[in-house]
Amino acid sequence: MNTIAICDYGMGNLHSVASAITQVAPDADVHITADAELIERATRVIFPGVGAVRDCMSEIQRLGFDTIVKRAIASGKPVLGICVGMQLLFSNSEENGGIDCMGIVDGVVKYFGDDLVDAQGEKLKVPHMGWNNVRQSVAHPLWESINDQAQFYFVHSYYCQPKNSDLSSGVSEYGSEFTSAIAKDNLFATQFHPEKSHRDGLQLLANFCRWTGE
Amino acid sequence: MPLSKRIIPCLDVDNGRVVKGVQFVDIRDAGDPVEVAKRYNEQGADEITFLDITATHEGRDTTIHMVEKIASQVFIPLTVGGGIRTTADIRAMLNAGADKVGINSAAVKNPDFVREASERFGAQCIVVAIDAKRVSEPGEPDRWEIFTHGGRKPTGIDALEWSEKMVANGAGEILLTSMDRDGTKNGFDLPLVKAMSERVNVPIIASGGVGNLQHLVDGIKVGKADAVLAASIFHFGEYTVQQAKEFMQEQGVDVRI
Repeated sequence: MNTIAICDYGMGNLHSVASAITQVAPDADVHITADAELIERATRVIFPGVGAVRDCMSEIQRLGFDTIVKRAIASGKPVLGICVGMQLLFSNSEENGGIDCMGIVDGVVKYFGDDLVDAQGEKLKVPHMGWNNVRQSVAHPLWESINDQAQFYFVHSYYCQPKNSDLSSGVSEYGSEFTSAIAKDNLFATQFHPEKSHRDGLQLLANFCRWTGE
Repeated sequence: MPLSKRIIPCLDVDNGRVVKGVQFVDIRDAGDPVEVAKRYNEQGADEITFLDITATHEGRDTTIHMVEKIASQVFIPLTVGGGIRTTADIRAMLNAGADKVGINSAAVKNPDFVREASERFGAQCIVVAIDAKRVSEPGEPDRWEIFTHGGRKPTGIDALEWSEKMVANGAGEILLTSMDRDGTKNGFDLPLVKAMSERVNVPIIASGGVGNLQHLVDGIKVGKADAVLAASIFHFGEYTVQQAKEFMQEQGVDVRI
């Protein structure tokens, strides 16, 4: 049985993720849950996130999600981080005046800046909101059947900068290049929202539901 | 490659049906919101905006149910506006599957509501809807004021100053509707769109007046909007979203095809 646990630490709407998973894996047993045991039993874990990092971290700590997520990743089963869920895996974030995050991935989460410009010198707005291209910097089972440079839906003002750039599995451009996806063993995380990215997003989620974590 | 410009079909929903009025009167029925949203999703819409114009309290529950249904079948971002007055309203819509909420009159009544909402839910899901009407006489410098209650109630507030204030309070995006143009099919109020887009550093969605595909191009190229919203040109089958995108691409606008 493919049991997929979507981590619920009280921040934002998780139904979109659950509906998208149900759409691509109708036979999967999908749970939106804060239950450590259920997450431990699950074959796959999704760690989403929206909202401010400070509020997310305080709920994560209160509910013991730092341990739950670390344990899931250590177990070797496929884990997918989405948006703020990706950022929270890093060492710390510049958001809210500087917040320590979970420290699972070595690196920092940085603000795009108020004076961001593109290659032509045109002012870029923050948040980075809308559909942007993702260059697949490494081949990965989660990119299967998705064209290189396919567009995904982003909405964020901060971006992840892994210390080890080899962890970047997807790269996008906004002002300059930034890491829009990472892959580390059985962990994959995206800054964009696959559950809101139409066909290519659903394809990525379908790939995740089949991925062995290798 | 730059961020693609977004095409956003808008569903004005009254008591469970998509409607479209010309300057908010003469309302025409345009179908079941779930079916309409699915159609636009298939056609390649970048987002969908759902504006609830239902007046009654009972109607609100219908809306929540409808948002749930759309969100379970449409995998692109969904913004829900209309009647959002409290953080509980926002929570209900987000839980139903909305990605963003549009705040309009409640922001005018209490600008701190936007700050509170943004701090609680994040700027990324707070869209401030601004209904603006030109108040300058011909020959005078352009000036627009915001109007509430479907464009009926003047507030005396300068629209550009208001947009700056809303962004300072944490709006992540602005949905800018010209009440002079809404429903006219004469195109966006381009000086208004351009003035606001240059004034604030969050994305501007231009709305009100789209009657043909060139209007969409103008909103982006002349108005400098980040996204364009339209209703009737899509509802009544004049154009598909796909056709709109192909036309825009031919005109040099970067869109997601």
